[in-house]
Amino acid sequence: MTAAVEPVDNPEQLVAFETRLKAGDRVEAGEWMPARYRAECLRLIQMHANSELMGALPEREWIPRAPTLSRKMALVAKVQDEIGHAQLLYRIAEDLGKPRVQMIEELLAGTAKFHNVFHYPAETWADVIVIQVFVDGAAMQTQGSLRLCSYAPYARVLRRICYEEDFHIRLGIDGFKVLAEGTAAQRAMLQDALDRWWSPLMHFFGPHDQVSPHLETMMRWRIKVKSNDELRQQFLRQFVPLIQEYGLRLPDPGLAWDEQKGHYVYSEPDWEEFRRVIRGEGPRTRERLALRNRAHDQHRWVREAVAQWERAA
Amino acid sequence: MGARRLTASGMRLDQIVPDAGHVFAVFRQDTKNDTHVHVGDVHAPDHEMALVLAKEQFARRDPCVNLWAVRYVDVAATSYDDVDMFAPATDKSYRFGGSYREQQRTYRRR
Repeated sequence: MTAAVEPVDNPEQLVAFETRLKAGDRVEAGEWMPARYRAECLRLIQMHANSELMGALPEREWIPRAPTLSRKMALVAKVQDEIGHAQLLYRIAEDLGKPRVQMIEELLAGTAKFHNVFHYPAETWADVIVIQVFVDGAAMQTQGSLRLCSYAPYARVLRRICYEEDFHIRLGIDGFKVLAEGTAAQRAMLQDALDRWWSPLMHFFGPHDQVSPHLETMMRWRIKVKSNDELRQQFLRQFVPLIQEYGLRLPDPGLAWDEQKGHYVYSEPDWEEFRRVIRGEGPRTRERLALRNRAHDQHRWVREAVAQWERAA
Repeated sequence: MGARRLTASGMRLDQIVPDAGHVFAVFRQDTKNDTHVHVGDVHAPDHEMALVLAKEQFARRDPCVNLWAVRYVDVAATSYDDVDMFAPATDKSYRFGGSYREQQRTYRRR
């Protein structure tokens, strides 16, 4: 939880910091930074790390049930990539001042946040495809924009992550085509998954931006690079054509391109649901956290073996 | 005589990286034509395991012929506060090839 009292920074250092950032400079671990900058970077990176780890679970559930051997192998590789991303992110998060073990414990205890989309079930194989194309596609908008983030270690890690996410989206589009051009049952399964995932996808970018001193500071410090609405529109521009191209039904009847405004109009998703989900009351929150805890317990022997290895050396 | 100090405030990476004795910087060499480049870090109890984990994390897709793992406690670094020391004190254009191109043009005109 964020402390109620805002820590006070040395005003001279703060001015120098702001000037540097304004000139386009980036911040490295170990350099002076405002306490709030540090806290916000940590919050962002920890949440991202948690999401990579938790995001691997809905797809992991489908590894034993993947329809073909090649799909299974690709899925195993993708899940490994996501876990790898978590490792890269926890590594740089700890340099901001929170021990890695504590971050893992907060996640296991359910006190740390992870992205809304990973609180939902993956009911069919088409859900896996929708996750690979649209959820990764949505994440790619945010992460792609944050490659310009002023915190340099995060920006560098995102280059690697985006490279792999791009690859996952291609993998997903391959599976998407197969279902979209497949039998009536396959098309219906894909349509159903798309319909169920649409609302969480619209939630993914967060509520409409309210002009606030907080948002203004985040943008000035380049901890946030594009607004929620910009990212959502960017996502729609990239992915709505894919749905239309394959003759699938748009999941939202109110979704349409507004030529005059130059952006998509859409029906407002249920924002109360969004708030409930990120509070940790999503349809699968409990099960996913239980799975994470079970995995953590089952792998205890590995951590112990590593510790013994070190003692023996 | 001790080692000459490069700057007033050399950066100690082990003061930034928590548990720096267990964190290894990983350097990957893509082909023998390439130099080793820092690609990220792993946590490990020793060098042997650091290399095992590094292979899994940084060499599972892209080409790689060699990996280095170096403990953070063994890395010496300059400080970002001292970037000024990399700024040339005088005009160093003579260190670049550009000025010689003008010379070539002059000779050709003769």
